[in-house]
Amino acid sequence: MRELTYAQAINEALMQNLERDERVFLMGEDIGKYGGIFQATAGLLDRFGSGRVIDTPISESGFVGAAIGAALTGMRPVVEIMFIDFTTVAMDMIVNQMAKIHYMFGGRGKIPLVLRTNIGAGRGAAAQHSQSFHAFFVHIPGLKVITPSTPYDAKGLMNTAIQDENPVLFIEHKKLYAIKGEVPEEYYTLPFGKAELKKEGKDITIVATHAMVSRSLSVAEEFAKEEIDIEVVDPRTLRPLDKDSILRSVKKTGRLIVADEGPVTCGISAEISATVAEEAVEYLQAPILRVGSPDTPVPFSPPLEKIYIPDEEDVREAVQRMKAYL
Amino acid sequence: MNLSRRQMLNLYRKMITIRLFEEKIIDLYARGFIPGLAHLYIGEEAVAAGVCANLRKDDYITSTHRGHGHVIAKGAELKYMMAELFGKKTGYCKGKGGSMHIADIDIGVLGANGIAGGGIPIAVGAALSSKMRKTDQVTVCFFGDGASNNGVFHEGLNFASVHHLPVVFVCENNLYGISVSQKQHQAIQDISIRAVAYSMPGISINGNDVCVVYEASSKSIQRARAGEGPTLIECKTYRWRGHHEGDPNQGKRYRTMDEVEEWMEKCPIKKLEEKILGEKVLTKAKMNKIREEIKIEIEGAEKFANQSPFPDAKDIYEDVFVS
Repeated sequence: MRELTYAQAINEALMQNLERDERVFLMGEDIGKYGGIFQATAGLLDRFGSGRVIDTPISESGFVGAAIGAALTGMRPVVEIMFIDFTTVAMDMIVNQMAKIHYMFGGRGKIPLVLRTNIGAGRGAAAQHSQSFHAFFVHIPGLKVITPSTPYDAKGLMNTAIQDENPVLFIEHKKLYAIKGEVPEEYYTLPFGKAELKKEGKDITIVATHAMVSRSLSVAEEFAKEEIDIEVVDPRTLRPLDKDSILRSVKKTGRLIVADEGPVTCGISAEISATVAEEAVEYLQAPILRVGSPDTPVPFSPPLEKIYIPDEEDVREAVQRMKAYL
Repeated sequence: MNLSRRQMLNLYRKMITIRLFEEKIIDLYARGFIPGLAHLYIGEEAVAAGVCANLRKDDYITSTHRGHGHVIAKGAELKYMMAELFGKKTGYCKGKGGSMHIADIDIGVLGANGIAGGGIPIAVGAALSSKMRKTDQVTVCFFGDGASNNGVFHEGLNFASVHHLPVVFVCENNLYGISVSQKQHQAIQDISIRAVAYSMPGISINGNDVCVVYEASSKSIQRARAGEGPTLIECKTYRWRGHHEGDPNQGKRYRTMDEVEEWMEKCPIKKLEEKILGEKVLTKAKMNKIREEIKIEIEGAEKFANQSPFPDAKDIYEDVFVS
């Protein structure tokens, strides 16, 4: 099968949706001529025109709010926020408006809106362009939160997101934009709330998100040589979260590591750990371990940033600690 | 602009409906039938009535925390409003929204809003959507003087002017953002001058004269409908009650009684009644009859709300997502 990068897979999904459904339009900063900061919208302005691929003022509350109004009146906007860090200046629109309108209005009105943004450090972009606080949005009832880790998932989940009748936070990852993978040319969807078993194993479960999936898979390969059999589960969507798949895996292995790039404190790994503690504690043969970012802002200096980012070394260290319980 | 007898009568009915509905809320709130917050519109009726009289059913409005007047003027049914204020299952929002979140997309009410200025970008988006769908719908965006200092006011007006969107921004300047007077919160008197920065027409008008409001909004709405872009209208008005019904001493901590009485003298309903009597549109007796009819309708709404059930416990989990 042909290969696309993660960015190209998103681009293709957007293109196919613009073709299929005249209600779909794109809005965001520098998504037109510039093609989006990570080129996810490259070429779409030329193909669909400025009526459907709209370069906005630097005005996140203004255009996210406009997307809400458009969604409420029959359109299906896909909005790009250049970095997740910039969602903070549109937080009223995301938290108080789009997440709550359907409920607050007693089921009247719906907001079929996709808000694309990205997380991840590693580009030397420092504390305001590198954060990974996607878990924050999982804390807000009324939002769906999608976290694709491969080009295949990115395209299929984007198609599902645009079809969804609810506001969807589609959280991409900067370090994944350039990775390649097989992606079918035709339109396809992937269900929300369905984890993917990336590798089967019987000793330790690693629930990993985004870039932590491939990092965990490569560590799993290493430990296979020591005959430690690691299972890797990628939830792919954080709300809805496929609890069943996570619990099934932990009940089998009895050991859990959660690897997510967000700060560990109150992150999605805390939520997954708590779920397992509540619903499968009797199966656990070891303490749950979390791999994530430290509780600091993202530092600029390359050696510091390297320490900051949870990588294979951190996953390896967690597995080493867990070996004591094997 | 000379309004026809029929137009004047319709405006009068709307304004009286809003006034009497709000007066009923004062009583029901004091007696504990209405939980939470109720921000009343008394004194500002001419704005909602005058603006919405120019709108079609398929036009949109976004409203504010002080939204009862707007949604009544746009055609909401009193019984569903009242049931919502009571927190009943039969209310517009099944009791999940309350006073600050009444919405009915079918009549173009895109929601009252609990966040000052929160409706501004949403109104702009509704206007963008109308333009994209190639309809000639217009969106009216209501907000207050307080919200005019919020970033979303500037972001919304900027976006609307860049894209020549069919939206009319109606600022109800009632001189206070809760307790902070306009003098304390902005260094300008006429909020309409901010339109200049966004290359759109801006006018300041007497918001207590429904004929003036009707005329100004009629022009702006026609302009928007013709694809000529947005307008900012500032309506100078005043709220008689406190910020909300729980406001200590009904707002007398930060306003003088003299000031309140001065504005009560400028009552928008009294002004219209004088005109109606002067032009012999109605007799005093006919006016009283209209009031009585509306009172009966409001009592019916109260009865409906009272007799309606509260939501069931399981309803808490419904409508978080569209299923």
